[in-house]
Amino acid sequence: MLKIAVCVKQVPAYSEGLMDPETGVMIRAGLESVLNVYDLPAIETALRIKEEAGALVDVFTMGPAKASAVLKEAYAMGADRGYLVNDSCFSGADVLATSYTLMQAIQSTEDYHLILCGRQTTDGDTAQVSGAIAKWLDIPHVNWVTEILHVAHDSITVRQAMEEEIVTVKATYPCLLSVERSIFLPRLPSLKGKIAAKKKDINVLSLADMEDQEESHYGLTGSATKVEKIFPPAKTAQRDIIQKDSQEAANYILEVIKKVNK
Amino acid sequence: MRNMIINNEKCILCEKCIESCPFFAIQKNGDRLTIGEDCSACGQCREVCPAGAIKMGESKKEAVNKEEWKHILVYIEYRHEKVHPITYQLIGKASELAASSDDDVCGIVIGKNTALAKNQLKHYPLKKVFLYETEEHFKADLYEKLFSNCIDKMKPSVVLMGGTAEGRSLAPRAATAFRTGLTADCTELILRDNRELVQIRPAFGGNIMAQIVTPDTRPQFATVRYNVMKPIEPDCEHETEFIAEAVEGAYSKLTILEAVPRPERKGIAQQEILVVAGKGVKKKEDLAMLEELAVLLGGELASTRGVVEKGWVASDKQIGLSGQTVRPKLLIACGVSGSVQFMAGMSGADNIIAINTDADAKIFHIAHYPVCGDLYEIVPELIKGIKHSVRDGIHLA
Repeated sequence: MLKIAVCVKQVPAYSEGLMDPETGVMIRAGLESVLNVYDLPAIETALRIKEEAGALVDVFTMGPAKASAVLKEAYAMGADRGYLVNDSCFSGADVLATSYTLMQAIQSTEDYHLILCGRQTTDGDTAQVSGAIAKWLDIPHVNWVTEILHVAHDSITVRQAMEEEIVTVKATYPCLLSVERSIFLPRLPSLKGKIAAKKKDINVLSLADMEDQEESHYGLTGSATKVEKIFPPAKTAQRDIIQKDSQEAANYILEVIKKVNK
Repeated sequence: MRNMIINNEKCILCEKCIESCPFFAIQKNGDRLTIGEDCSACGQCREVCPAGAIKMGESKKEAVNKEEWKHILVYIEYRHEKVHPITYQLIGKASELAASSDDDVCGIVIGKNTALAKNQLKHYPLKKVFLYETEEHFKADLYEKLFSNCIDKMKPSVVLMGGTAEGRSLAPRAATAFRTGLTADCTELILRDNRELVQIRPAFGGNIMAQIVTPDTRPQFATVRYNVMKPIEPDCEHETEFIAEAVEGAYSKLTILEAVPRPERKGIAQQEILVVAGKGVKKKEDLAMLEELAVLLGGELASTRGVVEKGWVASDKQIGLSGQTVRPKLLIACGVSGSVQFMAGMSGADNIIAINTDADAKIFHIAHYPVCGDLYEIVPELIKGIKHSVRDGIHLA
C-alpha cells in the first residue's frame, strides 16, 4: 500500500505580529494558534489519493505540546496516524534544522513513498522547508504542484506551475511534492470525524525516537543561521493626513488621480 | 530550555523580557522567570535585559574553515535561451557587496544552449561565468547536482539567488547539500569585513525586521525577490570569461512529459494602476466595488496577504514579500493597515493613495496621499465622481 507522510505546522492565527516601534514591546494579540492554511490542501491531497488508490496517511508536525491540536484536526479530516515531533532540544530551529528534524521523524517511522507539504507557512513565509527535507532524504521534489494527474504503483504524475510554463512531470517514488492552495478545496471535518478524532491518540516523537540521537544536530545548535537581533522597521516622515467628509475625500482623491494621469 | 538561558541570580525581575518576547515564551513563576518551549531564540529578551541576565546557549557545531570560502556566486536563471531579468538585479547587489573587498562576482548558468547566454552577460561585472549544459527544463534534483558541483569547485562565501519559482525550489536543496544556512526573501544585504553576510528580512509575520547571519558554515545562501534590488547597467569595456563545465552521469528521477507556455497575461507587477484590498474589506462581495474602481481606472485589483489567506483573491494578486513586488504609477490602498512585509512589496510605487479609518495606520507613513476615512463611504463617491468625469470627457484610464 502507498504510504504518505504529510508535514504540517501550527501557526499564530494572526500572521501579523506587532511591535511598538517606540518601546520595542510586543503588542499582545494573536495568542491563538491554528493549522497553517496552506497545509490543509496537502492533507486533502493525501486523502484524495487514499480514496482513489488506497493509502496510509500519516501527518507530522514539529512544535510544542499544544501543536497536537493540528493533528486532531487532521484526524477529523481522515488522517490515519498523527505524530507530534516534540523535544526541548528541537526548538529554535531554522530551515536546516527544521528540515533535518522532520526528515529524522519521517525516516524513523516508515519508508514513505510520498511526502506532501503545503506551499509555505503563514508565519515563516519562506516556502523553503520542503525542498530541504527532500535533499536530506535524497529524493526528488517538485514545488508549485497544482494538480495530481495520475497515481501509479511506482510513480506519480503531477502538474507544476512554473513562472512561464505549466509542466507535466512524473516523479518516481520516493518523492516529495509541495502543493499549491488551489490543488483541492480542503474538506470540512464531519461531526463523526471530530468525535472519532477526540478518541484517537497522538504519537509523540522525541529525540529518543530518532535514528540520529546527537542532540547538537537539532534545534538552535543544529541551525546554520542565527538571528542577531530583531528591530522595528525604520519610521519615515509622514505626510499630513487628509480628514474630510467622504464626498470631499472622494473629490480630493479624484483630483490626485487626474494629476497622476496627466 | 537550552536556547535562551536566564540567570535567575542576576535577574532583577523587571519583566522587560516578558514584554519584549514576540513568542510569549517567558513566564514568571514566583520569583523566577522561565523560558518555555515557544522560544525561537530570537534574542530579543537578551537585548532588553538591563541586568545582563540572559544569554544564548552556545552552538557546538564544528565550524568550516571560512578562509577557504571567498567570492560571490550568482545563480543565473536561464530558460528558453533567455537570462531572467532578476539576474541583473542580483549582479548589481553582488557587485555592491564585493566592492568593499577583493572578492570577485561569478555566475553560473544551468540549462540548454548555455552558450547563447554569453551575449546577454558579457558586459556585466562578472569575473567568470560557468556554463553547465544540460536539459532545458528545470528539475530540482538534477540542477542541484550541477549547482553543487560548481560550489564545490569555486567555494564561494556568498551565493545569491532569485526568489523565483525556480530559485525557491533550488535554493533549499543546494543549501542543505552544504549543511548551511539559507535566508529567504532578503530586503537588505551587507557584507562585513570578515565576509559575514548580514541578511535582513521582515520576520515573525511581517512587522518586525530580523537581522540574520550564518556564523559557522559556508556558503551563505540568500534569496532576493524580483524588483527588490536595483538592476545594474552593462559596462561595454568589461568582458566576462565563460567556462564550459560538465558533470558526468548527472541524472534526475523526474521526467518532464509536457511543458506548455502559460497564457500571456499582464500580472499585477506589470500594471500601471492598482487598487489594493486590505482587511478593511469586510466581505468577499465588497471586492466588486474595488474591482469596479480598478476597471474604471484601467488598472487591476490586487490585495494584501490577509485577503489571499481568506481565499477571496487568487494568490497571484498578492502584493508583498511573500507575494509580488509592484512599482505602479498609481496605487490606491483601501483598508490596508500596512505591514512591513506588504510595504516591502509596494513602497516603490510612484503615487500611493491610502484610505483607512485608523489615523495611526502604518500605511500612512509611506502614502503620498493619506486619507483618513471609511472606504465604504469614499469609494462609492469616488466611483460616482470618475463616472461623471468620464461623461464630461475627462480621460482617466
